[in-house]
Amino acid sequence: MRPAFSVLFLTTLIGAGQGLFITLFFVELLAGSSLSAGFFVGGSFLALVLLGLGGISSVFHLGHPERAWRAMTMWRTSWLAREGIALPAFIAAVFAYGVAHWLNLGYTLVIGVVGVVLAIVLFVCTGMIYGAIKVLKEWAHPLTIVNFIVLGCASGTTLAAAYASFAAPELTITLAQAAFALTVLGVVTRVSSLWRNATLRPTSTLQTAIGIRHPRIVQKSQGSMGGSYNTREFFHGKSASFVRGILVMLVLGVFVLPLALVMVLPLLAFIVQYLGLLAERWYFFAEAQHPQNLYYQGKS
Amino acid sequence: MTQLALVIDLNVCVGCHACVTNCKQWNTSGAAGALVDCNPYEQDPNGTFFNRVQTFEVGEFPQTETVHFPKSCLHCEDPACVPVCPTGASYKRKEDGIVLVDYDKCIGCKYCSWACPYGVREFDEQRKVMTKCTLCVDRIYDESLPEERRKPSCVLACPPGARLFGDVHDPDSEVSVAIRERGGYTLMPEANTKPANHYLPRRKTTVTVRSDELYRSDNPHKIDGAPFDKNLPPTTEELN
Ligand code: SF4
Ligand code: SF4
Ligand code: SF4
Repeated sequence: MRPAFSVLFLTTLIGAGQGLFITLFFVELLAGSSLSAGFFVGGSFLALVLLGLGGISSVFHLGHPERAWRAMTMWRTSWLAREGIALPAFIAAVFAYGVAHWLNLGYTLVIGVVGVVLAIVLFVCTGMIYGAIKVLKEWAHPLTIVNFIVLGCASGTTLAAAYASFAAPELTITLAQAAFALTVLGVVTRVSSLWRNATLRPTSTLQTAIGIRHPRIVQKSQGSMGGSYNTREFFHGKSASFVRGILVMLVLGVFVLPLALVMVLPLLAFIVQYLGLLAERWYFFAEAQHPQNLYYQGKS
Repeated sequence: MTQLALVIDLNVCVGCHACVTNCKQWNTSGAAGALVDCNPYEQDPNGTFFNRVQTFEVGEFPQTETVHFPKSCLHCEDPACVPVCPTGASYKRKEDGIVLVDYDKCIGCKYCSWACPYGVREFDEQRKVMTKCTLCVDRIYDESLPEERRKPSCVLACPPGARLFGDVHDPDSEVSVAIRERGGYTLMPEANTKPANHYLPRRKTTVTVRSDELYRSDNPHKIDGAPFDKNLPPTTEELN
């Protein structure tokens, strides 16, 4: 698949925002009394900025953003519609959480629980957008959802550590340890899916695609001279060495460098991990082999 | 329940692209607006088409077959593209099974085209909505047309008649008989979308002729001009 940049930014930004909020909630749950309300107000604001930027970038993916409200209507069948509901709901919860801390309204833990549930619902919706497409075998697996959750939480916790290093230094090391652990968990889950995808065998072949049982079939024309939507949308169009380069950036950026940096320079660790996650999401798209590509193997 | 569909005979298709041009012509002139063409007279001309004809070479020279393969939306009975659509713009009609896109509802998220295994949906770069074969829903029910013209444009255009159109749920329809009697099959059955469109396979047309049929007993070989062969059975004339 061709990586869609708006979607790369959307999923990485909101993932970090969700992870950050979940971390804030657990900080309040475990050490809330020792912290000022300002810590949670600032943290919620940071999460809202990420979620807002993600929401804005998602608009660039649409041909008709002015009709985006319609995308909530088919929540009974479509995970994309469910995400379209879960994202504003989660943003509202984060907003309410921040306001409750700011104005000292109380019930912050209750709002926090609602927010955490919505964050997880949102992770599942985002993951299922990809996981529910059965023809993309690389995506249609529970690991897709697991990776969205684990990598989102890892980057969010890294960001929380970076934030704490300015706003509540006494928490930095604990949060950095949590980010370290989540990133290690991410190594396990993402490398599993990388391995799975690298060894997947496609179900469909050119033989089933055109229904001719012969071992040697060669495409001679695609029905167009200058390409088509089909040749643009479903190929990343980059060389194998470029794709390998992205894979290296993924491993270094999401895992190796943040693990090395998070204890000492959490802010730099977050920046590197975020850029690494962009590479990770790019690779996530490039990995997925759409069966429609069987119809676009050559022309002469 | 009705399920309208196309049945495409690969044994008959000559790869002339008449269905492609007539489909484009009909659908670009309709109420829904023109199908975009980008760089039509420049390098890399491309645009939106609902139907494409591809060509494949099967086998190794000299044992090769050239197969022309027309490809459009298969109006699946369990369409992967419909449930994923967040807006309901993509839908399958209950009354005749046609899968359509409501261009006024589509937000252009392209999600449906990811879910379709066959790559038959094309995003229109000008209108910014998803488009695909409509099974010429604006022709087949048009009562201002004479009844025999109420068929998809591509079907009417096909010079050798490789494209059949009808209800695949009616066991006596032309398309059902063709599927049944000429080995109709669906594409990528493993995708479980149950395509309504079917394809009829290439086949070698052979006639078995026995030697006694070459020298028919009731049609004397002398009249055929064949040399006299005394080993052949006697003709009717000779017997009488
Ligand atoms: S061929 Fe593709 S676009 Fe057409 S109905 Fe089937 S899944 Fe949907
Ligand atoms: S591109 Fe249009 S038809 Fe396709 S899923 Fe999005 S809204 Fe639905
Ligand atoms: S049925 Fe109509 S829209 Fe579909 S391929 Fe044929 S001419 Fe085009």
